[in-house]
Amino acid sequence: MPHVNLQVPAVAVREIRLNTITGFAGNATELVSQSRCGGLVDQSRSFTQCLGCSTSNAACMVTLVQDGVVISHGPVGCSSCLHEFAFTYRVNAPLRGVQNPTQRHIYSTNLSEDDTVFGGNQKLADTIREVARRDTPQVIFVITTCASGIIGDDVEGIATEAEEELGIPVVAIFCEGFRSKVWTSGFDAGYHGIARKLVRPPRHKRPIINVINFWGSDIFSRWFEQFDASPNFITPYATTESLAYSSEALASVQACTTLGSYLSGALEQEYGVPALRAAPPYGVAATDRWLRELGTLLDKPEAAEKIIARDRAEFLPRVEELRSQLKGKSAYVTAGAGHGHSLLAVLAELGIKAQGAALFHHDPTNDIDSEDADSLVAAVRDYGDVPNFNICNKQEFELVNVLNRIRPDILLARHGGMTLWGAKLGIPSLLIGDEHYGMGYEGLVNYGEAILEIVENDEFVKNLAKHSINPYSKWWLEQPPYTFLGDDE
Amino acid sequence: MTKTDTVQALLEQSPVDLIEQERYTCAIGALQSVVAIPRAVPILHSGPGCGTMIQGFFERSTGYAGGSTSPCTNFSETEVVFGGEQRLRGIIDGTYKVLDSDLQVVLTGCTADIVGDDVASVVADYRMEGRPIVQVETAGFKHNNFVAHSDVVNAIIDQYVDRYDSDWSARSDKALVNVFASVPYQDPFWKGNLYEYKRLLEALGLKVNILFGPQSGGVAEWQSIPTANFNVLVSPWYGLPIVQNLAEKYGQPFVRFGHVPIGANETSRFLETVAAFALEAGAPIKRHDIETFIAREEQAYYEEIDNLATFLLEFRYGLPNHVHILHDAGYVVGLARFLLHEVGIVPKEQFVVDNTPEEFQAQVRADMAAASDKRPIPLYFSPDAGAAQRAIRALTHKGRGLIIGSGWDKELAREKDYDFLSASAPSPYRLVLTTNYVGYSGGLRVIEDIYGVVLATYA
Repeated sequence: MPHVNLQVPAVAVREIRLNTITGFAGNATELVSQSRCGGLVDQSRSFTQCLGCSTSNAACMVTLVQDGVVISHGPVGCSSCLHEFAFTYRVNAPLRGVQNPTQRHIYSTNLSEDDTVFGGNQKLADTIREVARRDTPQVIFVITTCASGIIGDDVEGIATEAEEELGIPVVAIFCEGFRSKVWTSGFDAGYHGIARKLVRPPRHKRPIINVINFWGSDIFSRWFEQFDASPNFITPYATTESLAYSSEALASVQACTTLGSYLSGALEQEYGVPALRAAPPYGVAATDRWLRELGTLLDKPEAAEKIIARDRAEFLPRVEELRSQLKGKSAYVTAGAGHGHSLLAVLAELGIKAQGAALFHHDPTNDIDSEDADSLVAAVRDYGDVPNFNICNKQEFELVNVLNRIRPDILLARHGGMTLWGAKLGIPSLLIGDEHYGMGYEGLVNYGEAILEIVENDEFVKNLAKHSINPYSKWWLEQPPYTFLGDDE
Repeated sequence: MTKTDTVQALLEQSPVDLIEQERYTCAIGALQSVVAIPRAVPILHSGPGCGTMIQGFFERSTGYAGGSTSPCTNFSETEVVFGGEQRLRGIIDGTYKVLDSDLQVVLTGCTADIVGDDVASVVADYRMEGRPIVQVETAGFKHNNFVAHSDVVNAIIDQYVDRYDSDWSARSDKALVNVFASVPYQDPFWKGNLYEYKRLLEALGLKVNILFGPQSGGVAEWQSIPTANFNVLVSPWYGLPIVQNLAEKYGQPFVRFGHVPIGANETSRFLETVAAFALEAGAPIKRHDIETFIAREEQAYYEEIDNLATFLLEFRYGLPNHVHILHDAGYVVGLARFLLHEVGIVPKEQFVVDNTPEEFQAQVRADMAAASDKRPIPLYFSPDAGAAQRAIRALTHKGRGLIIGSGWDKELAREKDYDFLSASAPSPYRLVLTTNYVGYSGGLRVIEDIYGVVLATYA
């Protein structure tokens, strides 16, 4: 059962809530077995490079809500990268049928030195009022920062007062960067605020299925129509209204267990919307299980069988061809936790040997308390062990060291910046931004063809490798990759 | 109310100094000035997200050791409670092992500065060992990156360059100048612009320390800063503390040009200003060579304008006749002057969004006013670019309009059915590598970019 507490303003970070770790070196089987017996201990690093930040991940979940605005309560730098979400909102709108994507309204309270001495409460209150005057939004999201957190501003109190004054939800989201080394904690913070302040009790059940995801292509409509349902995408391109009545859905699914299980858990606990307890549909085994589980949940098992039969007939012959074309290839994966597991499943299904992985964190459990929903457990059960399995929160120096040793045929990455190092070493590297691209039977064809394409067209990376600039020392490249792991504290 | 009053009212309506649609970032954004020095590495003593935020703001800005390569202490609860000095030592030790670099600059974020870590003494220990390491306070709540750029440069001068001072004698090279102009990455054309300043000034017979970018000689060039005869500052306000520091330290005078010289009028004026100063300062350059160079550049430039004039005058399907610019003060004035006199696009309301300190605003206004004795060009200062956009929405002018600004303004231009040129940060809709807007060639490039955009609208 989920155990979400919507009474408190801030959700605990993952390290506390799920015993999440960011440092591990071993193999996948070891990680899975240690996770379940409570024997997993985090290891820290005595040398580190820049991590991600919870505040940008919270922003990622709220900036693309169609009729909302975002206020970053902090110095101007803490919302510097949010213009990228404005770009995403505009360019991906057609994938979700949003005809006229409106300009994103992103504000900073622009905290100054005086504010760190005298507090930023008044400034936040004034900003909320001014923003409401400028934009007449349906919801205002306030995301916190290290500075506002350390000086102890009463963001919850200000938001509550403003909400009463303005008559629209003003959602305080607690996502200070220093609280967590697991920046996905920011997703949870965003969902926590949405579940607390926006979601309302259901009026009646409706034939919709919540899809907790980013902004990828809509592959779900094609599946859900067989169940006489349609997707309710959360949270990018959602509206205040569609979020409010996500409580009326038949079920919740997620593009990635890491991303979605906090919100799907909250919806299940508070409003009885069942969260699907199956790893996301990447690879044949997981896809079949996911569709069948959904069929059982919706009491339409025959619909699931129909989709499976149809998709097998349509895509498996091409998958077979791809398997023979990709035979003997090896790969290395670097990605966030859930999606990384899914990529490992896709690789195994295509007959490509995973020589290792560097995933950004590891959750020993999840917010729906389901081993069946755990995509690493599923990948290991379905396809066996993965060696050189490293939990590494985007520590480029370790990645460079490992890649330099392993020299896989391809690097599969998710999250910007990481493909560069594959390419610099002359390794064909692939980043697919659309996380739905690999789902289902069709996804195997998509990925197989994309991998084949980069393997065949490797002239660019070969040339780049000849001329690449390398700031890493000779000494470092000769050390074991996890030299700095578990080296302090 | 007049049009001017309406715009001013819209800009001043906000009761609080919030910023909508930021066009610059906070002080720690000046880590990009370190990234711009060959083989220098920024070390962040900050929260975990600061580096990612800066990388996201500028995009394609990793350089040698920025972005995901930059070492960072990634402040956590532990450091907030107990201080992060020990952690910082670990990260610095690791940096020396893992990365090859010639200069290390430790930049502090909000967390470290609020907690009050004594970073200066940590870094001093390494300096005592002879390490080329520097520290600078860049808490985001203190300044923005325009201001912090000077802090970073001055920190390198005071804590690194100064150590080599005894090896040189100040102002010993009469032909050498240090140039301080574009803020790296904040000026999207910084690489091309710096290259062009170097090319132009070398053509006058000077030797140039350009200090940032691939044309810089790296730390060896920085070490020779004290030997320069004088400094050249191209800026409406930012960077002034650098040349003031150098004047005090090494007795170097400076010559200042208040806006970005774009096109022939301003570039020739810039070169003549610097040349006059150089001659006064005893630089070994010849007036005749300078005149010959300027004449030759102008001739090539006007051959293009001459050839283009028919298009500008006769193209019958519509060209922009007026422009709103949202940019830093140096670009707003430089572009407005250029477009008015050399292209024939009339600058209407202009918006300086770089948070120009009040004491410099009068000077910027005067520089803009001097652009024309015929017409006033209304100029507004506010870092709240969202408010500036709302003001532009409320304005109407006859004819086809052009907006020059950042990626944020693309949607505004579409709403108003204006042409749009992306020329300011953040710039997600445009890729800039080594393009320059400075100089004679820069002016021609601005023309290509504007009319490239305009002609692309004819399907």
